[in-house]
Amino acid sequence: MITVDGLSVAYQGVAVVHDVSFSIAPGRTYGLVGESGSGKTTLGRALGRHLPSGGAVTAGRIEVDGADVLALPPRELRAWRASALAVVHQEAGSALDPTMRVGAQLAEALRIQGRPRGDVTGLLAKVRLPGEVARRYPHQLSGGQQQRVVIAAALAGRPRLLVLDEPTSGLDATVEREILNLIWALRAEIGAAIVLISHDLALVGRLCDDVGVLYAGRLVEEGPAARVLSEPRHPYTRALLDSAPRIGAERAHRGHDVTPLLEVRGLTRAYGKTKVLDDVSLAIGRGEIVGLVGESGSGKTTLARAVAGLGRRGGGAITLDGAELPTEVGRRDPATRRRISMVFQDPDASLNPSHTVRTILTRALGDGGGVAELAALAALEPHLLDVRPSRLSGGQKQRVAIARAFAGRPDLIVCDEPVSALDVSVQAGVLRTLADQQARTGVSYLFISHDLAVVYQLADRVVVMSGGRIVEEGPAERILREPRHPYTIGLLRAAGHEPSQRRRHVH
Amino acid sequence: MSAADATAVRAVTRTRGRFRVALSVGVALIAAWTVVAALWPALAPYDPEAQDPLARFLAPGGAHLLGTDQFGRDTFSRMLAGARPVLQVAPPATVLGVLLGTAIGLAAGTLGGLVDEIIMRVLDAVAIFPAVIATVLFVALAGRSVTVMVLVIAGAFTPIVARSVRAATLVEREKAYVEAVRLRGGSTVREILPNIGPTVLVEATSRFGDAIFAAATLSFLGLGQPPGSPDWGASVSDNRLWLTVAPWTVLAPALAIASLVVGIALTADALRGRREHA
Repeated sequence: MITVDGLSVAYQGVAVVHDVSFSIAPGRTYGLVGESGSGKTTLGRALGRHLPSGGAVTAGRIEVDGADVLALPPRELRAWRASALAVVHQEAGSALDPTMRVGAQLAEALRIQGRPRGDVTGLLAKVRLPGEVARRYPHQLSGGQQQRVVIAAALAGRPRLLVLDEPTSGLDATVEREILNLIWALRAEIGAAIVLISHDLALVGRLCDDVGVLYAGRLVEEGPAARVLSEPRHPYTRALLDSAPRIGAERAHRGHDVTPLLEVRGLTRAYGKTKVLDDVSLAIGRGEIVGLVGESGSGKTTLARAVAGLGRRGGGAITLDGAELPTEVGRRDPATRRRISMVFQDPDASLNPSHTVRTILTRALGDGGGVAELAALAALEPHLLDVRPSRLSGGQKQRVAIARAFAGRPDLIVCDEPVSALDVSVQAGVLRTLADQQARTGVSYLFISHDLAVVYQLADRVVVMSGGRIVEEGPAERILREPRHPYTIGLLRAAGHEPSQRRRHVH
Repeated sequence: MSAADATAVRAVTRTRGRFRVALSVGVALIAAWTVVAALWPALAPYDPEAQDPLARFLAPGGAHLLGTDQFGRDTFSRMLAGARPVLQVAPPATVLGVLLGTAIGLAAGTLGGLVDEIIMRVLDAVAIFPAVIATVLFVALAGRSVTVMVLVIAGAFTPIVARSVRAATLVEREKAYVEAVRLRGGSTVREILPNIGPTVLVEATSRFGDAIFAAATLSFLGLGQPPGSPDWGASVSDNRLWLTVAPWTVLAPALAIASLVVGIALTADALRGRREHA
């Protein structure tokens, strides 16, 4: 039994978690949901009493099976952590030692628990990995396999408390589903109280018995998962549920010109002998929003970058308004370059950290005028013009990137996962801006996302990629609600949407 | 706040405090020697080149604070005067080497491909050539002068600076903000330059320390100032024969070199540390 009572945490005097109380019975799963900055990771760290330097518990109690964790002296704390606590962090890759074979790392975890190293195979089997994985190094495993290994290490002992801090962020929907199913299956077997920290309310709802919603360091709502999801009481929970895009939700039906703006024919790109793009052909109409979906490694980012003229050389042709485009951006003339711009995935890397927002936008405009109008277009507050990117939130950075992409009055904007690094509520605002500006300017988007619901909300047409090929394409409504290709169906299932397969002519 | 957390907070504060102390000590040492180099005629008690046959090998104390050498010249005055030749050579050599290295490194990093390959192989060839031999050759051809020393030291530094600037440029070049510039066809160098500023700064301070050392080494080898004029490296070289008789004549210039190099190293360390812990 885990009991958290009136817990408050502060970093160098600034309170980030306020008076949080909840309890979890053994064998039950508690979902802690909140956006970035809500204090959920801090709370998770406080549970294991490993707050980063500068952080301290200022009030409250944490009791695990009757023992007050906060009162333990250093030696007993170590013993308690070794015997009763297990933590799985966000990035599995950095939790594993790159110089040690997986088997050796698991054996070390077992040794600390006083178990024979022969149990490594058993441990791997528990997380559904073949025994030969023990002989591999972490970099030889996929992200999903790495996370399984970390979970296996966490299960080396008999933890009473298992903290999972965003265990699937950065993983594909398919892999994420596998990992979560694994945790679900092991839940009873482990018999520990499990805390699952996530920003995804719907996901937590599917997996947890109880849910707590954190907002600005306070637990604003708590209760059985089914109840919180179906009838949220706190306005924040309701907003969180509403802002998440859903497949099947109402979407604007827009008309667009059918004359193709950009055509891609027989595009091929390879890294060494691996074909990343294999004879890909695609057309984007004037004013059309084309959604590009697929798992990581499917070639969608390579395709988008090739359209923009970035990345490796290869075969195939790209035409813009019927005129052939050089494949490399360096060989395109200035007037053509202006017509295709891009919004990048990582808001931290896409803005020059040394410049103010005003400088960034002025340089993008070239002729200098109209910075304020450009900022307004992306719904960027004017007072943010004179700060540097490090002072901006993720959503604000992405708005600057969008403003920059519109600077040259382009015909096509390539959006490479523009909202995947953002919180759900911020994401909704940025998507709205993208949709509004498209309607106003008539620009076309090639919109890449691994989030099918986001694509459903925005795109007119959806292109599904797998293994460097386009496996299915068609109107968004048809592809995402009545997919035909097994890969698309699998993709939708993994994301928790049950597609209504072949629901044809029932009326 | 628990005891462990308090310790952590103290550790962070202590690290920051340590950088502050290192920076002020380092800057103070550099500033002191710069003042001495500029004003030594007013500060030195004796003419550093004046010989006094009756006052040879006097021990420190009395009229001569740090004693005298084999010709009866005042060690303290010579130490003060010796700051000038070093500080005439090291700063311009550092600036020239860093400027050249930054320009070459940026060019190699942004252009890439064959250009990068050629530039880096040429720099390898320059760096592999022993600096001492190059200097002897150069001095033999062009004669001893401050200009020759500056050029030789700057030439030795250029490949070192170019290499780190190129590495920093390669990291920045892959970032999306540079790709955004490539998409619209602007100058990528102009976008990258401010972001490799910290690398250039750290490189400059480290090279400054090396330049002091290099200048002293060259004069020790007799490739610097004309013989007889006060110079730290030359003083160590000339007086080392009398080390057992008059150790102060060697120790004073040696400690002067050391204090200036340490001052620069402390400054460089503090700047680098502040950047990493920021």
